[in-house]
Amino acid sequence: PPTPSSIPSKLTINFVLPYQSEISNKEVCALRPSPADLSESRLEFWQMGVLPGHVATIAELKPGLLSVHEGSEVTKYFVSSGFAFVHANSITDIVAVEAVPVDHIDPSLVQKGLADFTQKLNSATTDFEKAEAQIGIDVHSALNAALSG
Amino acid sequence: MAMAAFRREGRRLLLSPVSYNSSFAARSAILSYSELGPMGARSISTQAVRNRMKSVKNIQKITKAMKMVAASKLRSVQVRTENSRGFWQPFTALLGDNPSVDVKKNVIVTITSDKGLCGGINSTSVRVSKALYKLTSGPEKETKYVVLGEKGKVQLARDSKNSIEMNITELQKNPLNYTQVSVLADDILKNVEYDALRIIYNKYQSVVSFLPTVSTILSPETVEKESEAGGKLGILDSYEIEGGDTKAEVLQNLAEFQFSCVLFNASLENACSEMGARMSAMDSSSRNAGEMLDRLTLTYNRTRQASITTELIEIISGASALTGFSQSARATDNIQYRRYACMIKLQS
Repeated sequence: PPTPSSIPSKLTINFVLPYQSEISNKEVCALRPSPADLSESRLEFWQMGVLPGHVATIAELKPGLLSVHEGSEVTKYFVSSGFAFVHANSITDIVAVEAVPVDHIDPSLVQKGLADFTQKLNSATTDFEKAEAQIGIDVHSALNAALSG
Repeated sequence: MAMAAFRREGRRLLLSPVSYNSSFAARSAILSYSELGPMGARSISTQAVRNRMKSVKNIQKITKAMKMVAASKLRSVQVRTENSRGFWQPFTALLGDNPSVDVKKNVIVTITSDKGLCGGINSTSVRVSKALYKLTSGPEKETKYVVLGEKGKVQLARDSKNSIEMNITELQKNPLNYTQVSVLADDILKNVEYDALRIIYNKYQSVVSFLPTVSTILSPETVEKESEAGGKLGILDSYEIEGGDTKAEVLQNLAEFQFSCVLFNASLENACSEMGARMSAMDSSSRNAGEMLDRLTLTYNRTRQASITTELIEIISGASALTGFSQSARATDNIQYRRYACMIKLQS
């Protein structure tokens, strides 16, 4: 996609999931996805902000919060994983495997899941089981953070 | 002697209406099924035609039912297909579509159905795959197939058995979902080396039109090469990589994710096309069965009436032989004349 001469005032986003296009061609002011960062410690909560005129970027997303700011409204989604592409003409595409609006998440289940996976990690024997448990813990702690943050 | 003459007359006139009839089976039925009834009376059997009519009617019922089933399945898959069409668009926006990329290792992923009776869609997919194989093969280049679906495997195994790398069947046992396809994509990526993956499927446009489509996915190395060479991918370098991974890792993940997304959409579209093709195939099948049934009914009625005429003639001739010749001759002539006039009217 080509670079326009001036910076547009709004960001156009397309947010797609395997089973539907969540948002298509909506104009928003800002976007905050959580990109994946394998080098840092996983417990750090890092966010990236996307505003109109952002440099073209490819970002891999980790389980975390995606908040879409439209004027004064903020819609928060919890994204399991995916990619975000910011193009030079201020069109952003977000492709996610699974995303739910944050208000659809039940906090008690999140706590329970976190406890379950922590227990599984402690009792895991093979590397495969350990990895599975670790992934579960990551997702649930991100869910926790998303609910509170 | 009169009886024999009338009988011969009867049979000759029976055979001539039959020759008007285009149905070969009816003719052979009449010729081969005249039997001797009790007391030596001959009766033409309508059993064969009746059996055929029953079987054709059953076939018509079955094909109608299959059409209804396909229509209902189509409706549900169509919704999901249209929703998933946005899924691969971001990748094309980023990387562009490069069907004409020239690489050493090509892998052709052909998506076909497991069940038959779906018209010609599997044959078109296989034909496109074979054409693509010819296009991409050459010195130092190798092309392999990965076949999804039973029908494709059968058709490709006939002449390209050695080039089939993997074969996956029973894809549609459970309704298609992304998790299943991503596991499949993972499997394929693990087992084949590739520079470019080409997915061949039938894109669903409407109930009667399906377009064979090829989607190309490049491996990360090829993406790098193409971006350095300029062209459509040239601007890829202008994209920063956010997130602390190296560019190579991100590109690798990107390629794998792209493959699973495109495969998901492709298999949904193919399932949709399969249902649509099956619907139209079963529809034309029911229509043909209906036409055949009409023709068979006509033949059946003609046969039935001819046999009644013959019986009547025999009875009357027999009676006349007992009572008197001239009286009965006039009577039988009348009956014969009237019956044959009716039959001729029926034919036209």
